[in-house]
Amino acid sequence: MIRAVIVMNTQGKPRLLKFYEFQPPEKQQELTRSVFAVLSGRPDNVSNFVEADAIFGPVIFSSLLFVSFVAEITKKKKQEEFKEGTRLVYKHLATLYFVFVFDSCENELAMLDLIQVLVETLDRCFKNVCELDIVFNFNKIYNNQMKTTVFMYVELGSSYVQMHTILDEIIFGGQVLETSSERVLKAVEEISRLEKSSSSVSFVPKSVSGRFGR
Amino acid sequence: MAATSSSPSLVDTLFQRSLDDLIRALRSSSSSSVLEAAAIARALDEIRREIRSPDLDTKAVALQKLTYLASLHHLDMSWAAFHALELLPSPSLPHPRVAYLAASLSFHPSSTDLLPLATHQLRKHLAPSPSNTPALVAPALHLLALASSADLACHLASDLLPILSGPLRPKAIATALRAFAVCPDAAPVLFKPLVDCLSLSSEPRAVSAAVSAFCELALAAPDPSPYLPLAPEFYRLLVDSHNNWVLIKVLKIFARLAPLEPRLAVRIHDPVCHLLRRSPAKSLVFECIRTVLSSLSDHDAAVRLAVDKIKEFLASDDDPNLRYLGLQALAMLGPAYLWAVEESREVVIQSLNDTDTNIRHEALCLIMGMLCESNVVEICNLLIKYAMKSDPDFANEILDAVLATCGRNVYELIVDFDWYVSLLGEMARNPHCAKGDEIERQLVDIGLRVRDARPELVLVARDLLIDPAPLGNPFLCRVLSAAAWVSGEYVESSRNLLELVEALLQPRTNRLSSLVRAVYIQAVFKVVTFSFISFIKQIQAFDTKSSADRNAAFESENGVATADKAVIFDSIDNNETIKHESVSHLLDFVETTVGPLSECDDVEIQERARNVLGLIHIIRETRYWDIVAEHGLTRDKKISEIVELMEAAFSEELGPVSTNAQKRDTVPEGLILNENLSDLAEILGDIDVTPCTSILFSLRCHHPTETKEDSAPVIEPSSLLAEHRKRHGLYYLPTEKDEVESNDYPLASDPLLAVSHVDDAKDIVKLTAQSFIPRKAKPTKPRPVVIRLDEGDGVSRSGLTMVKEFKDDLLSGAIRNVLLGNESKPSSSRDMSSDRTSRRGENDASNNNDLFSQPKESNALDGRKHRKSSSRKSRHHARHKEKNGSPGNEDIEETSHRHSTRSSRHQGRHKHRQRGDAPPDVVSQEPVIQDFLL
Repeated sequence: MIRAVIVMNTQGKPRLLKFYEFQPPEKQQELTRSVFAVLSGRPDNVSNFVEADAIFGPVIFSSLLFVSFVAEITKKKKQEEFKEGTRLVYKHLATLYFVFVFDSCENELAMLDLIQVLVETLDRCFKNVCELDIVFNFNKIYNNQMKTTVFMYVELGSSYVQMHTILDEIIFGGQVLETSSERVLKAVEEISRLEKSSSSVSFVPKSVSGRFGR
Repeated sequence: MAATSSSPSLVDTLFQRSLDDLIRALRSSSSSSVLEAAAIARALDEIRREIRSPDLDTKAVALQKLTYLASLHHLDMSWAAFHALELLPSPSLPHPRVAYLAASLSFHPSSTDLLPLATHQLRKHLAPSPSNTPALVAPALHLLALASSADLACHLASDLLPILSGPLRPKAIATALRAFAVCPDAAPVLFKPLVDCLSLSSEPRAVSAAVSAFCELALAAPDPSPYLPLAPEFYRLLVDSHNNWVLIKVLKIFARLAPLEPRLAVRIHDPVCHLLRRSPAKSLVFECIRTVLSSLSDHDAAVRLAVDKIKEFLASDDDPNLRYLGLQALAMLGPAYLWAVEESREVVIQSLNDTDTNIRHEALCLIMGMLCESNVVEICNLLIKYAMKSDPDFANEILDAVLATCGRNVYELIVDFDWYVSLLGEMARNPHCAKGDEIERQLVDIGLRVRDARPELVLVARDLLIDPAPLGNPFLCRVLSAAAWVSGEYVESSRNLLELVEALLQPRTNRLSSLVRAVYIQAVFKVVTFSFISFIKQIQAFDTKSSADRNAAFESENGVATADKAVIFDSIDNNETIKHESVSHLLDFVETTVGPLSECDDVEIQERARNVLGLIHIIRETRYWDIVAEHGLTRDKKISEIVELMEAAFSEELGPVSTNAQKRDTVPEGLILNENLSDLAEILGDIDVTPCTSILFSLRCHHPTETKEDSAPVIEPSSLLAEHRKRHGLYYLPTEKDEVESNDYPLASDPLLAVSHVDDAKDIVKLTAQSFIPRKAKPTKPRPVVIRLDEGDGVSRSGLTMVKEFKDDLLSGAIRNVLLGNESKPSSSRDMSSDRTSRRGENDASNNNDLFSQPKESNALDGRKHRKSSSRKSRHHARHKEKNGSPGNEDIEETSHRHSTRSSRHQGRHKHRQRGDAPPDVVSQEPVIQDFLL
């Protein structure tokens, strides 16, 4: 399963955090920091995988499956044999790191492709939504298959919520459900259509909210 | 912000800031952390006020803002759990969506007490109704997936069923998977629809989700055998599916199942090889390689194909990811396929020079895996030299790898210990060396275990001790401690005692920690003792000889033999004569340098210093010491007494202690080991009882006057030692350096020379061109005896056995029950689940302990579920009938024809079972797993 999705900027500030196993806020902060520490130390043009057992530890999901087993293991200090093989794969695009943390149930290269799906979807989705906040940047993408535009700085609220919506269409509860950005976009559009039709009242009039712009 | 929290302004109450506003405010203040913290605090105050508002829109926006802050600024939002729940029933779609997002990011059974309150609302949202659009059901499912407690999962399991056949099937499957994890009791309800999703007729995304779920379950289960009955379905997907994601997952499942059923490997061989050859997707190819290496390693053609693909990966210069994974795949090959690694040798070695730490690490692991007796010398020499010029992290990684590999299983790879010992010395000289502890351990350990290595060990120790440079390096003080101990313990191999003592007492030793310094002084003690004993013995030997010869050879002499004339005859290994002056000088030097230490603050140092001074005092006290007439010395009874005592003190050799030594000790009568020792803590109070390392070296530290009580109990394999001693003599001189070319390593003391040898990885490649081929050439030097105490010594026991022994868990039990809990007659061999159930029944009856036997509690559970799930069984049966007619089953049918004889046998066995008198031996003769698809 995918254990976490982290999007952060090159200063280490998280832009999107999704942990598919519950982590208390302090732990989230710690994990984000350790991931950033590892990634910032890696030059460009090196492989995109990092062994992350030391950072993330054994999978909570699995330990739920056989709690007594894990207890037995820790008692005998045999964690070596019980390595989950947690890894992370990341992609550094413009000023952002996209990080997927996954265990041995996932294929490394497939995860790399999935990051590409996420980035592409975000890119296509935000092109028309809030242009001001998206800086287009041409980046050479994995395996020089294609050149793609990459959004750089998605931070506005509507984008933040939409990012969650997009991510939930691709990864759900740690499982990969959708790998076509077309279909993800379609589903996301459908959701926003439903949301709009359901509530005639918009949250706050735009003109008013603009007052607090600074 | 204090102002805003105490009295909100009119504007604040009228106009709420949206999430966009919040983010803009945060961004404008992000220049300084103080400003940002203030902005966050202000926003939180705002949110706390707004979230209590009766207006749901206000509440929703506040919750949205809080979610953002909590997630990206790591704030606790558990206090707002109730407000999220309040928003769930709202008819406006955005409200529950905001609430679900907040809940799925922050709720967890361990921290959210209010979770049960969500049950009703979740059920309402999951119910099939036109108002429950996917936009509402999906986030509800997500909350259930991420934050579900066992109770919640159990209560809502049945509510998932309608969704498992609707358009939101994939999401429902992922949710069901998580429900299993927290609540195995949900398995009977949810497992069947999950299996149904595997059928070809299902929507592709549902198939993909279901396969993912099974992959997750099979890989996490300690015993995946309950999933074996699904093998035909997975096989069909493997052959028919064109979706790479599905194929990858199916391959992972097969890799997990193949060890359980050998025939699976034969069956998947062809499709896997086909994919390996044809697939353009690198991810799928890599998964195929992994599957081949883990499950098809007996099939040479497949392995050959996989190795070729690995080479393609390794050759992709522009993609470090493929190179990295290629190296990892090589590492998976294992010792049986060294030829494959050998074929890619150059790439592997060049990878040591890669900029990517991942790739370097994998290359190092591979090289260490290739080590064997014949190439260990060359490769390790090269690696250690390479470590000299690489960056600190990688240098230590190399040192670590070399130490671990060479030390493995009591140095099984090492033939030439002289070389290895000097290599250890060289490692200690690496400027980045931080592995002092392990080097220390191995130096001492080799001293204890390998008698033949001691002379070289002492030489290496001498070089380390004489050099003042390492004294200031905190990482090396452990190595120095070992060096000091080695030179003291094996002082008889030392060439120049005075030099050694000078090194041990050089002024810069005051930079060492007191514990290491204590070891130094204890070594001085041993040196002084040794030189004195040798001296006396030498005279005694001379006396004996001369008294015998006196009449003949020395008759004309004055009858006063001076020590200068004394010659060592045989008992002392030093070729030089020990002179009275030199011993005297040694004593003087030690006395003057150790003298001040007897006032040292540190007790460890002080005690040992006084020991040394006491010994010197006793020696000087003897009547004849100061007289040049040595001859009379031996006649002093006291002298011979001292010599005897001191000899006794150090005569017994220290040996390695078996890890099981304590177990073998019989418990004395009347000693109750399990007695509560808690009252001891009271007595001990604050005393630190953690054993300090100096104990290791001070085992035999006694005051000279108490030497009688010496010789701490040391366990040693006396028979081995005795035998060895007989063969080599007490003072065994090493054979001179042999002429093997592999021995031309540079001395440990010239790191500069070593560095200059290696310029880049190309040199390494050149140098090791031959070294990976295991040479059959016999070593000119036989491997010295290495003392091994027992099978438990140094051998790490693998935990695999434990994993296998581990009993099945509840979930597996439940799933097995779903898959196998079908009593219907096997209409074809395809219906293997019922077949297996019946056999399990037999096994239970006959208490046969085969693959399917289960722990008792799991059986009890099974029984309970059998009763619960009778209706399910009929459905299951119906499905099988229906499936038999569906397309895509030709394959299976074919196999059923092939095994028609076998299925007839099943029927026969069923009759046996019905009669209830199945002879157990018939059962045990049958293969454990009957034909599934094979």
